[in-house]
Amino acid sequence: MQVPILKQGPYLIATVQSALTDDDLKQLRDTLVDQISQVRARGVIVDVTALDVIDSFATRTLRDVAHMIRLRGAETVIVGIQPEVAFSMVKLGLTLEGVATTLDLEEGLRYLQRSGKRKVQEHEGRPHR
Amino acid sequence: MSSSRDLATTTRSEPRLESTASRLRELVAHLRQQRAQLREEWARLITEAKLLTAMTKEEIFAEATSVYDNYVEALETGTYEALQTYARNLSERIIPRGVETHEVVGIVLLLRDVLARSLFAKYHEDFTELNRILDAYEPAANRIAITVAVGFVQERERIIREQQEAIRELSTPVLQVRERLLILPIIGVIDPQRARQLTEQLLRGIRTNRAKVVVLDITGVPYIDSPVANHLVQTVEAARLLGATVIVTGLSPEIAQTLVNIGVDLGKMNTVGDLQGGIEEAERLLGYKVVLTHEPAGEPA
Amino acid sequence: MKGALIADELRVSIDSDSDIVSARQKGRELAAQCGFPSTELAVVATAISELARNIVRYAVRGEIVLRLIDNHGGKRGVEVIAADDGPGIPDLTLAMQDGYSTSGSLGLGLPGVRRLMDEFDIVSEFGKGTTVTVRKWKR
Repeated sequence: MQVPILKQGPYLIATVQSALTDDDLKQLRDTLVDQISQVRARGVIVDVTALDVIDSFATRTLRDVAHMIRLRGAETVIVGIQPEVAFSMVKLGLTLEGVATTLDLEEGLRYLQRSGKRKVQEHEGRPHR
Repeated sequence: MSSSRDLATTTRSEPRLESTASRLRELVAHLRQQRAQLREEWARLITEAKLLTAMTKEEIFAEATSVYDNYVEALETGTYEALQTYARNLSERIIPRGVETHEVVGIVLLLRDVLARSLFAKYHEDFTELNRILDAYEPAANRIAITVAVGFVQERERIIREQQEAIRELSTPVLQVRERLLILPIIGVIDPQRARQLTEQLLRGIRTNRAKVVVLDITGVPYIDSPVANHLVQTVEAARLLGATVIVTGLSPEIAQTLVNIGVDLGKMNTVGDLQGGIEEAERLLGYKVVLTHEPAGEPA
Repeated sequence: MKGALIADELRVSIDSDSDIVSARQKGRELAAQCGFPSTELAVVATAISELARNIVRYAVRGEIVLRLIDNHGGKRGVEVIAADDGPGIPDLTLAMQDGYSTSGSLGLGLPGVRRLMDEFDIVSEFGKGTTVTVRKWKR
């Protein structure tokens, strides 16, 4: 099951449509890391609203995506984790530490826009907040 | 008495079963024939014994008729499903009226007595036959009594469970105080089941209200044990995965001690001393600024 | 607490990572049939996913058995048995500690699976294989 990736402004949006196998997840990771430099995107959103399970492998792969994207100078936000999925994740001991998460796509975009502004301000030496 | 039992045991088992069946048929025919009279007798005894006081005479009579017919049918068919269903429906009707378990058991036993007495009356001249009839009647009658009583108790338990669930839901209100800000004031002891429910309500609340910040106020919680403390920490982490920040306020010294003892990473827990402070912190996170526009009326400055 | 089987059991053989997905989907369906609330469906599915992945990663192939059970007291639940004839786990005590791993992954996930489910049993014989049995009761 291939995950469609759309470019929207300076961001890449990957929308997961159905359950993913480990191979699908690895492919998603590799494609995102590839594309981020090709299209010079500033941020990546992975929409996981459709996932009814996020197990240890999925968590690790999502975390890897976020870390690799950061090394490429962009930011990642995981959006749409379902309440019951979130609960199972923390029971299992998975917390996606150091990875930004938001309620849905809309919030994810807002998060990236704000963090983009923060970066510009920091760069220009202006105090933020 | 012993002669009849001996007779029964000396006959081979199959004819005995057959004779039980034919006795039951005879019994059923008798009960059908005497229906009006026995039913009335039973209803009278119910009133006399001051059972089902929450119901009117007419209601008692109507229920007595249905129970009687279902009773005879169970005797006739030897199957109890219809009776079971009826017992459940009956319980559903009478439990809200305040009918107690002893009343239901009482009326079924009364019916058993009424029917047994009518059998005595009919067969009192043939003691051997009376014993045979009772051999067929008693096990079936007992089974009927048990079916009805168990049906009632199960229905009661179901209602109690439902009520507990409803009470529990009321005990963890999720309040939206501002756009994107929820408050969960928790009062009383948190047992594991309540903890689970709290988590569910909090996570669902975040989604339905699109909350960014949740203030979980546990001022009213005297203590928590470590499984529940762990559960709370997991809830805070799950909320973050949904994109919301949880601020915990009103931790008692005992609860703080529990959290430290189980080794909670306090860097992950956003705690503020009291509810007011928690709401102020939440507003700050949401970008609100509360400004006093004028001095409160009536109070000299 | 042993449970009695109340319906046909479902067997899913596991030898590739797509079997992980189908095992957890079948487990979720079974738990839904049993009447579990949605939070618990995700919990059961996640546990199955972890158990199935251990089979693929450490034993190459094995089987997941899914059963609806009854505890004789009217309580219903789901039982998941993950069995393989792989290398076995040399040190179970170590494997049950958070963060233990032999393949550089996040670990066997066994402590997590134990936290997700109500009951957890593991039998492992070095060189012969591992069987993990977990149960979740409906509340």
